[in-house]
Amino acid sequence: MPETSKAYGILAEFDAPAEVMHAAEKVRDAGFTRWDVYTPYPVHGMDEAMGMKNSKVGWFAFLGGTSGYTLGMLMIWFMNAIDYPIIVGGKPMFSPFAAFPPSYELTILLGAFGSLFGMLFLNRLPRLHHPLLRHKRFSLVTHDKFFIVIETADPKYSATETRGLLEAAGSKRIETVEE
Amino acid sequence: MAEALTQLKLQAPPVELEREPLVANQRNLAWLSDRVAAIVEGKTPLWWWIAFVPSSIALCMLGAMLLYQISVGIGVWGNNHPVMWGWDIINFVWWIGIGHAGTLISAILFLLRQRWRTAVNRAAEAMTIFAVMCAGIYPAVHVGRVWFDWWLFPFPNANGPIWPQFRSPLMWDVFAVSTYFTVSVLFWYVGLIPDLAVVRDRAKTRLRKFLYGLFALGWTGSNRHWSNYEKAYLILAGLSTPLVLSVHSIVSLDFSVSQLPGWHTTIFPPYFVAGAIFSGFGMVLSLLIPLRKWCKLEDVITMRHIDLMCKVTLATGSIVGYAYGMEFFIAWYSGNPYERFAFINRAMGPYMWGYWTMIICNVVVPQFFWSKRIRNNLVIVFIISILVNVGMWFERFVIIVISLHREFLPGNWGYFRPTWVDICTYLGTFGLFFTCFLLFMRFLPMIAVSEVKGVTPQADPHHPLGGAKAGGHP
Repeated sequence: MPETSKAYGILAEFDAPAEVMHAAEKVRDAGFTRWDVYTPYPVHGMDEAMGMKNSKVGWFAFLGGTSGYTLGMLMIWFMNAIDYPIIVGGKPMFSPFAAFPPSYELTILLGAFGSLFGMLFLNRLPRLHHPLLRHKRFSLVTHDKFFIVIETADPKYSATETRGLLEAAGSKRIETVEE
Repeated sequence: MAEALTQLKLQAPPVELEREPLVANQRNLAWLSDRVAAIVEGKTPLWWWIAFVPSSIALCMLGAMLLYQISVGIGVWGNNHPVMWGWDIINFVWWIGIGHAGTLISAILFLLRQRWRTAVNRAAEAMTIFAVMCAGIYPAVHVGRVWFDWWLFPFPNANGPIWPQFRSPLMWDVFAVSTYFTVSVLFWYVGLIPDLAVVRDRAKTRLRKFLYGLFALGWTGSNRHWSNYEKAYLILAGLSTPLVLSVHSIVSLDFSVSQLPGWHTTIFPPYFVAGAIFSGFGMVLSLLIPLRKWCKLEDVITMRHIDLMCKVTLATGSIVGYAYGMEFFIAWYSGNPYERFAFINRAMGPYMWGYWTMIICNVVVPQFFWSKRIRNNLVIVFIISILVNVGMWFERFVIIVISLHREFLPGNWGYFRPTWVDICTYLGTFGLFFTCFLLFMRFLPMIAVSEVKGVTPQADPHHPLGGAKAGGHP
C-alpha cells in the first residue's frame, strides 16, 4: 500500500484519431520527452507526430537469424563430418548444400524468436502492473478512445501548464492518474 | 508543410471504381470490439455444443486408435509391401498443406498490403496451428517405435552419440515442420496480444481479468509499443513467407529426392506449394462460411472477402491443373518408359477412380469460380470448398499410393487397401482439429479486432470519419 497517492501523470482523452494526432504534434513541439499516445490500433503517421525514430526490433531479428544459420551449419558439420562420420550414397561427409535446408529453418526459427523477444525487451513487457491499467477510464483505450499521457516525471511537466496545453490541443476530458 | 498536406482535397473515384468497404454498414470501432468480444463473453450457443460433442468424441477415438497402433504395431494399418507409405503420409501432407493457407493469409498477404486479410487472418492462423498439430501426429507415429522419436532431434544419446544424418530430406522435414509450428504459434500469439487486452479490459469477473491480463502481457496500446510491435510483426511476416514456401518444398523433397517414377520430378516444390495453398483456402472457406453466419460476423467477413478467397482458390487451382498437365507432358517428353508407364497407369490403371476424382475436384470444379454469380452463392462456394479438400486428399493419394503400387519389377506389384484403423485415425484427427478450433473461437477473439479497426475509415486520421477536417472523401 502506498502511503501517499502520488500522481503518475496527466491523461487527456480524445474521440478521433485526427484529434489525437494533432494534439501529439503539439506535445512533441512543446518538447516533452516522457509522454505517450495510447490508441486501440496502430495509427499510421503517429510515429512522425510523436517525433519517434525507427524501431530497433530489426537488429534483434538479424542477430537471431545469423546465429541460427551459423549454429545450423556448425552443428551439421560437427555431427556428420567430425563426431560421427558415416558414408551415405558416396556423398561428401559435409556439404553446405545438404546442410542448407535445416540451417535455413534455424535461421527463421531464431530470427522469429529474436523479433518477438526483441519487441518484448524494447517495450519492457511483460509487465503485470501499470498505473494506467488501474485507471477506470483508460480501459476504453482498447475499445474506441484515444489518450495522451504526460508523466509527472517529465522535466517540463507542470500541473497547470501541461493541463492547459492539452486543453488547447482539443481534449475534452482530462484526468490525473495516480501512481 | 503538414498544413498543406491536410488541406489537400482528394477527388472521389467514380462510383463504378469504388471498392466495397472492408467493414460493411459503416460499423465503428466500438461496434467491432463489442461484436467480436460478444463471441467470447456471451452464452455458449447451442450449435457450439452440437459441434463440440462429436468433435471431442472423435478426439477420444484418435487417442484410442493411436494407443492401439502403438501397442500392436504398424501392421494394424494397411501399409504393406509395395505400398509402404499409405494413409499416414497422405494425411500428413494433406493436413500440413491445409495449414499453408493460414500462413499465406497472415504473412504473404500482409507483405502484399492486402488489407482484406485482417478479417480472416486470426481464424486462418488458428487453422494452421491445429492442422500442423494433426499433421505432426502421423510422422511421429508412423516410425513404428514412437519412443525413439527423439532420435530425430540432435540430442546426444547414449550410443556414442549417434547423430542424425542430415543428408536425408526426412531430417530436413523434421526441422521444417517443427520450425513451421513454432513460428506459426509465435506469429499467432504476437497478433493476439492487443486483442487479449481488448477482452481483458472488458472482463467482468476477476478470473477473466487475471487470465486474459496475464496473456496480454500488460499491453496498454502505447504508441511507443505499437511502433516496435508493428516492426516485429512485419519481420515475422517477412520470415514466415520464405518459411511457408520452404516447408512444403521440403515436404515435396521427401518424394522427389527418391528415384521412384512419379516422384522423381523437379516440378514438385512449386506444385506442392500451390496445391497446399489451394487446399488451405478450401478449408478456410469451409470454416468461415458457416462461422460468419453463426457468429453474426457478416459485416466483418463480407461477401467481398468470400469473393477474394474464391479468386485465390481459382488461381491456385489453375496452377495445380497446369502442374498435372506438365507432369504428363514431361513423362512423355522425357522418353523414359518407366516414367511414361507411371503416368499412364495413374489415369488408366487400377486406381483410375482416384486419379479422376482428383482431376474433377481440383481442376474442373474450381473453374466455376470464374462466374461472379457462383462466387456470391454461399451454398455453392461451400460445396466447392469441400470438394477442393476432397480433391487435394486424392492428389496425395495419387502421388503416394499410385506411384508405389507399381514398381520396376512386376513381381512386386500390389493393391493397397486401408484398414478400419486407418480410417478411424483419420476421422480422429478431425476430432482433434475441430475440438481445438471450437475451443479457440469460444475463448479467444477469432477476429483480429485491433487490426480490423485499423482498416475502417473511422480509424484513418486523414479521413473525415476519423476526425480530419479536410481531405479524403466521405
